[in-house]
Amino acid sequence: MSEAETVVNITVNGQPVEAKPGEWVIAAAERAGVYIPHFCYHPRMNSVGMCRMCIVDIDTGRGPALQPSCMVAVTEGMEVDTTSDQTRKAQDGVLEFLLLNHPLDCPVCDKGGECPLQDQTMAYGPGESRFIEEKRHFEKPIPVNDLVYLDRERCILCDRCTRFADEVAGDPLITFQDRGDQTQVNTFPDLPFSSYFSGNTVQICPVGALTAVPYRFKARPWDLTEVESTYPNPMGDRVVVQASRDQVLRYQGVDSDAVNWGWLTDKDRFSFEGMASELRLRTPLVRGTPLGQPDPRGNELVEASWHQALTLAADAIRVAIDDKGPQSVAVLGGARLTNEDQYVWARLAKGVIGTDNVDAQLDDGLPADVVLGMPRATVNQACTPGGTVILLAPDPKEEQGTLYLRLRHAVVNDGVQLIELTPRASGLSQMAAFRLHHRPGEAAAVAAALVGGDIEPGPDGDIGGVSAADVAAAAAAIANRADKPITVILGRPSLAESAGFTVDAVAELIGFANLLNAGGRPGMAFLPVLHRGNVLGALDMGLAPGLLPGRTTLAEGGPAMAESWGSVPSAPGADARGILKAAADGQIDVLILLGADPLGDFPHRELADVALNNVGTIIASDLFLNPSAALAHIVFPAAGFAERRGTHTNLEGRITAQRQIVTPPGTARADWAIATELARQLGADFGFGTPEEVWDEIARLAPSHRNLSLEAIDTSDDGVVASDSSIVFSPPDDLTPLPPVDAYSLRLVSSRRMYDRGTLVQSASSLAGLAPTAALVVNPYDFSRVGVESGADVQVVSHVGEMGLPVVADPGVPRGTAAFGYNHPDLDVRDLFDPDAVVTDLRIQTR
Amino acid sequence: MSTPAAQDLRIITSRFDVEDGHTLAGYERTGGYAGLRRAMEMAPADVHGEVRTASLLGRGGAGFPAGVKWGFCPPGVWPRYLVVNGDESEPGTYKDRLLMERDPHQLIEGCLIACYALGLSQCFLYVRGEMAHAQERLAAALNEAYEAGYVGANVLGAKDFSVDITLHWGAGAYIVGEETALIESLEGNRGMPRLKPPYFPASIGLYGKPTIVNNVETLANLPWIVSNGGAAFAAMGAESSTGTRVFAVSGHVVSPGVFEVPFGTTTFRDIIFDSRYAGGLHPGRSLKTFIPGGASAPWFFEEHLDIPLEKATVDKAGSMLGSGAIVVMDDTTDVVRACHNVVRFFARESCGKCTPCREGTSWLEMILSRILAGQGRPQDLDLLMDVCDNISPGINWPPRQTTICPLGPSAVSPIASALERFRGEFEAYLPATAVSVTTASGVAS
Repeated sequence: MSEAETVVNITVNGQPVEAKPGEWVIAAAERAGVYIPHFCYHPRMNSVGMCRMCIVDIDTGRGPALQPSCMVAVTEGMEVDTTSDQTRKAQDGVLEFLLLNHPLDCPVCDKGGECPLQDQTMAYGPGESRFIEEKRHFEKPIPVNDLVYLDRERCILCDRCTRFADEVAGDPLITFQDRGDQTQVNTFPDLPFSSYFSGNTVQICPVGALTAVPYRFKARPWDLTEVESTYPNPMGDRVVVQASRDQVLRYQGVDSDAVNWGWLTDKDRFSFEGMASELRLRTPLVRGTPLGQPDPRGNELVEASWHQALTLAADAIRVAIDDKGPQSVAVLGGARLTNEDQYVWARLAKGVIGTDNVDAQLDDGLPADVVLGMPRATVNQACTPGGTVILLAPDPKEEQGTLYLRLRHAVVNDGVQLIELTPRASGLSQMAAFRLHHRPGEAAAVAAALVGGDIEPGPDGDIGGVSAADVAAAAAAIANRADKPITVILGRPSLAESAGFTVDAVAELIGFANLLNAGGRPGMAFLPVLHRGNVLGALDMGLAPGLLPGRTTLAEGGPAMAESWGSVPSAPGADARGILKAAADGQIDVLILLGADPLGDFPHRELADVALNNVGTIIASDLFLNPSAALAHIVFPAAGFAERRGTHTNLEGRITAQRQIVTPPGTARADWAIATELARQLGADFGFGTPEEVWDEIARLAPSHRNLSLEAIDTSDDGVVASDSSIVFSPPDDLTPLPPVDAYSLRLVSSRRMYDRGTLVQSASSLAGLAPTAALVVNPYDFSRVGVESGADVQVVSHVGEMGLPVVADPGVPRGTAAFGYNHPDLDVRDLFDPDAVVTDLRIQTR
Repeated sequence: MSTPAAQDLRIITSRFDVEDGHTLAGYERTGGYAGLRRAMEMAPADVHGEVRTASLLGRGGAGFPAGVKWGFCPPGVWPRYLVVNGDESEPGTYKDRLLMERDPHQLIEGCLIACYALGLSQCFLYVRGEMAHAQERLAAALNEAYEAGYVGANVLGAKDFSVDITLHWGAGAYIVGEETALIESLEGNRGMPRLKPPYFPASIGLYGKPTIVNNVETLANLPWIVSNGGAAFAAMGAESSTGTRVFAVSGHVVSPGVFEVPFGTTTFRDIIFDSRYAGGLHPGRSLKTFIPGGASAPWFFEEHLDIPLEKATVDKAGSMLGSGAIVVMDDTTDVVRACHNVVRFFARESCGKCTPCREGTSWLEMILSRILAGQGRPQDLDLLMDVCDNISPGINWPPRQTTICPLGPSAVSPIASALERFRGEFEAYLPATAVSVTTASGVAS
């Protein structure tokens, strides 16, 4: 297409404007700096033309006519007049209509001060109403769910919230009811607006009709200060953090074209409550007596000064190194920190202490080389119209809410074909082109058939539990769309099985990807979805065994790094599982936990328990005294999101800024500063005084981040994507062996739900109660086989444990499979995991 | 309502006097399904050609030529659907109801002919929810027609022509008479008009597929057109309004009813005053005003009586023939009450989608109610006109539509007509001295 064809020339109020083909007049005008008032129009949703506020004079050669600018696409030569008398009269009329039944209770309305209706009433409209009749009345705010209140008197029926629920979130649970001037937005009886994304409706409501429980009556907009930042989730959602009197009061999504399009999940949006919790750590803690006196022999955690805590920590590390060598010091966690925090901890561990027993993941993700050794996709690439997305990951709706919204939009509106290569249905199943729900542990066989061109059914006529015909059809669909990008959403679909099965599946896919990528086609790339906010940053910063900052290995990048750091570990260390095993065997003297809770998160709780109780000194740096930190000997209070500056890396490798707006509680400090201090105590002066200085060193030393200036990251709306990687994924020589399942057992799939037992959710009063109660989910077909009825309380028995819980039916779980959430607050599925087995098989017994 | 004693020419109301005309036996005895048989002897394109030749204008209100509308389906996009708009709800209009009650098979035959001409195999017959009798009659007739092999697989044994007709009852919303709102309702959604473009469901309609939406009366004409030829149909009536047309006359006339008259050559005076039709006003009364084409239409007066019932001429005179409903008001009519009655209807029936209609129509009704209650203020009359102007900028006819559908501007018509002609009657309702109006927020004067 030539340049001329991509521009549509129109005039707006006499000024020439270059519009994009197909663009709405309202959008073209706004880009040209002419604001057209509107209420219902939202650039991320379909136009509905309901409010009629954006009506302007549009002349397409047949004379000026009033038309809604949110629904008229630009055409060559179009003349738009937003100031004509006719336009003003129509807009004034609409505004008067909208205000007829509006209660004008602005003085007690949360929206007052940031209300489009209020603003436009100031700018347009007659200023005085001619309406003297009784206004419409409804019961004042009614809850539409646990987080959002609806005031129908304030509502101007713009259809934004209802459209969001239907079009964007796919949860059409709030709708218009009744008609004419009695029209109202409401939920259906006994069907609350139970959506993970309901908070977005509050943000896009153009009046104060929808208010969020955590923010109601907390502040007036003019009292808020704000900074733009990056929410610490793997998607790196862009947010505005708003605070008043040194307290964070609200997160609002920012419409970042590359990432979250302005949306946030309720979990993230309302998590600020948890950050302000009374339970936050405010001072360093050390072991002491019940009277609060520091004493290494004591069993209590007592308050201490930073100096005391740092000295004790440094001493313990020094003794461990002297006694058993640097490998007796290990670091777990760090995936929730900023890149700068991670880098300094990595340098402390690998460059000063000299241990490579470092892992940011808790055996609940994927090996670092699988993540960093793949060609990396961006979200926009994955959402390319007409492309293909292969889901080899846990349910994005539960774990990566905004990615789910982007993928959903791509599939529903842009013709992206979605192929589920998962052990059970996900939130995207309804719109998936192919649902290849395989037996747990058999993803690799399906992946091989999918891209290998060799469809050979097994003895049961299927491939890994998926019908061979479905696999063949999906394979053909992939081949048909090979001229468009293929993106694998890659994560750990189930924590009840070894990561090895996923690695095997990746090994099958990577060959195909290399083939495609070599052919000059858009090719195939991977989008890693792992748990915890900045886990991708942690891998980039070298918080994994065998890695150094900058996506390089000890072997490759070691010599260069040793020159700057002084030294690096000589051999790769152990991952989280290896570290905990070593600790259980008494080989770890000092364990440093960076916002990590192995007792709560490591898939094998018993191993974590034994390990933590066998470590001489546990040093924890955390926001909360989580169950593992409670076992620590030295606890550092860390600054969290919005309490410190830094950068964040999302699943694309996109680096964006995080900014500070409030002070940390008590004497809590940023992790980079804690690590720098600890290093100083150990005799190494990093010289870091600010996170910016840390970044400068990263940009100097980390190969993949070389020359990525902080200025570029800071000034660009969408940050900077680091794409280089020298890590090569080498497929394992042998497939992870799959034990057969006996006829009486169900094989377990376990993944996370959005609302969980996690510390942050449980510290946020609005979110804590939203975690669903635990139930075992089984295919309806298996009920008769097992001999129970849906809803029955059963006893579930594995090799190592058993528990009682209800069992419910869901056809989204394949036959022979059972699903059970990983992170329920009430029942812990890990009690059923056998640490020595690669899968978990269950039997169901009636009670 | 009386059955007309004698009429010149009746094409589609010919069975209104046949007692069992609604049954298959009665229908077949009086020549029923001959049109279908005739059509099936012709090539589908030729059937379409006859309809084009007939210049059959849509009888639903907009008056768009049916043969042309049929040609709007984008080529190569299948399946396509036929949807019959039987949601007749315009106040004063009841011709389709009688066509469905008295001659259901004629409509079914019309549907079959349309499906044959267009190669369709699925037809949806949407009947207004309140029309219980019509629903019963249609359901019974459809059962008979299925039984007799006229509808269903292999119509009349044809190898390659099968049609299913699905009945659907509305849930009681005037706006569903608008074809895109009807499609929404048929799909199970709220009956709200769709955004235009696309202007015609023929390109994107039911379930996103090309859809022909025709009015009951339009389709009821097809059996006669196919049997007698499009040219014979075109020979009747005026040059630009061919055939016959069914009008429903109500109000202050001696014999209100449904009358089929030659389209375009009969005048309003004929149909209101002729003894073959409505039979004039009651003795001693004089004509005050009449609505020429359903409640949406601007009102006509004495001087418009000699205008022929012809689309173009009525349009030119500033109103519309619309749905074929003529409502006559004589000199005993309280114009303000009449006006309030019509406006109240539109306020209740506004779907609530776009602001001017949702808020404006109910405001108009509130003001009129207040005036009727003796609480009017002198400025209220100008306020009424200005609110009308904000709903329908310029208060022109046809309206310069700035709302999604024409419902909002429809509510403007009676007020604009009545206030212009009978302002004195409105003023008479205003109290002699200024009143204080008690409102929720205090007192306004």
